[in-house]
Amino acid sequence: MTNYKSLYQEVILDHNKKPRNYGAIDHPSHHAVGHNPLCGDHISVDVDLGDERINNIAFQGESCAICKASASMMTTAVKGKTRAEAETLIQEFLAMATGKLSHDACPNIGRLAVFAGVSDLPTRVKCAILPWHTLSGAFNAVETTSTEAEEDPMHAPIGDA
Amino acid sequence: MSENQAALKIKSPSAFDVERIRADFPILKLAVNDKPLVYLDNAASSQMPQQVIDRLVRYQTTQHANINRAVHYLSEVATSEFEEARRKLQHFINAKEEREVIFTSGTTDAINLVMHGYGRKFIGAGDEIILTTLEHHSNIVPWQMLAEEKGAKIRVVPINDAGELLIDEYEKFFNERTKFVGVMHVSNALGTINPIKEMIAFAHARDVPVLVDGAQATPHMKVDVQDLDCDFYAFSGHKLCGPTGIGILYGRAELLEKMQPFKGGGDMILSVTFEKTLYNTIPHKFEAGTPPIAAAIGLGAAVDYLSEIGMDAIAAYELALLKNATEQINAMPGVRILGTAEHKAAVLSFAVDGVHPHDIGTLLNQEGIAVRTGHHCAQPIMQRLHVPATSRASFAFYNSMDEVDALIAGIRTVQKIFT
Ligand SMILES: Cc1ncc(COP(=O)(O)O)c(C=O)c1O
Repeated sequence: MTNYKSLYQEVILDHNKKPRNYGAIDHPSHHAVGHNPLCGDHISVDVDLGDERINNIAFQGESCAICKASASMMTTAVKGKTRAEAETLIQEFLAMATGKLSHDACPNIGRLAVFAGVSDLPTRVKCAILPWHTLSGAFNAVETTSTEAEEDPMHAPIGDA
Repeated sequence: MSENQAALKIKSPSAFDVERIRADFPILKLAVNDKPLVYLDNAASSQMPQQVIDRLVRYQTTQHANINRAVHYLSEVATSEFEEARRKLQHFINAKEEREVIFTSGTTDAINLVMHGYGRKFIGAGDEIILTTLEHHSNIVPWQMLAEEKGAKIRVVPINDAGELLIDEYEKFFNERTKFVGVMHVSNALGTINPIKEMIAFAHARDVPVLVDGAQATPHMKVDVQDLDCDFYAFSGHKLCGPTGIGILYGRAELLEKMQPFKGGGDMILSVTFEKTLYNTIPHKFEAGTPPIAAAIGLGAAVDYLSEIGMDAIAAYELALLKNATEQINAMPGVRILGTAEHKAAVLSFAVDGVHPHDIGTLLNQEGIAVRTGHHCAQPIMQRLHVPATSRASFAFYNSMDEVDALIAGIRTVQKIFT
């Protein structure tokens, strides 16, 4: 079993304390709010998606350290990427966090591998994936998403978590 | 244990032999993450002593059959043990008659029984139901369903910052439309012990019946339903060192007799034809289908076990645990206790500055410490206290003072990681 302490690594604690791209964007092209009804946490994600790439992205909300660090690192990871690249990364992150793929089987995961440990903590998986879930909702024009919503396109991977 | 011995223990809780008691609970020997388990989630569900486990095994290996149905040996044994369990529960809460003790699947089921059996028959359009901000969702949602169905109205007694009910406001709610009061005895989220005896007397002076959610009171203190003079009292076996899937609804016989059945089926009838069905007498009218017989008998053994230690001795010891934990947390910078009522049971909700409860829960778990984090099925309290969630340590009589120290050390570790 992974040592849980390894989840609260320096990089996660740092992003929790000093979240990057925290706030809102004035005229986002895409926007969504994600809720985790199990704990009452919620975050919003604003995206400014240009013709080619994600020009800007920001998030804000009320959440635990795992969720906030995941959101912060997500924004730095996808900024400047194309939508297709971001969507690939979303799929890799979800597969890794839910334990379906090990982090070395995810070619684009990079520093996000620090979240691999959540797959051992079923009650915390949702915290880590909420931002990714919300970004996916924003891309697909689903304005409010929830880790529990049936109609949500992301429901299946989360249900398995 | 005699009354005298229990009284002695109240005077000196230090005489309470917690190590001997801990030896009865096999699960307390577990290691979690290579640390001894420190189980502080008793308000969610408590652990089972070997005596209760043995009773379940004995029932299942030598006494099991369906009850109330056949004339054969095992059915008679099972029926008589099941009814003996009912009598044990009757004495545990000092109900006047055993037919006032209904086996349900738990507190939630018991409250739903009252909503369907009493509420749907006697509460109508424009009528008012009084609840409190402190209630568990299980004593909110059934009444909302009823209010919606009937066009009735719910009034909610507010609390102060300490988590105590504002009794003046409660009293002001009463008018000629007030038909029912639902109130919890002890708050699962904050530990507040509510002044239910006074609240019941006030309601009865206006002919309004009162249901008490006793899920968190029965594990911590002696409950006497005749002394409280409540009309209904609901509680769960699994919070009382008993099995899951079993609980009790106490109801005053005259009210139970006037009520309509909740569930229809076998055992709750006297005769059935397609023209007319005659319902059985209480308590059987409310016990449709085959009950969880083993669980009921196990709960009987659990209340025997608790009574032998003595609920007064348990209450006194747990207060000492709570006092110790409260004093130590109050001395910690950056940690705040939520729920500071003058009268509290051994439930301690707290917040650590700058750390989300979920992170606290995960990090304490790493130290082998089990606490609950979240809204504790009491979202209205969280809204009132302006927090999304809390961390909650809830104690039982088998927790030791060393475990209080382990909790404090665990919180310090959390603070260190987050600075
Ligand atoms: C105060 C209170 N009421 C009701 C319940 C519901 O009990 P159960 O889930 O056993 O029906 C609980 C337990 O969580 C509780 O703490």
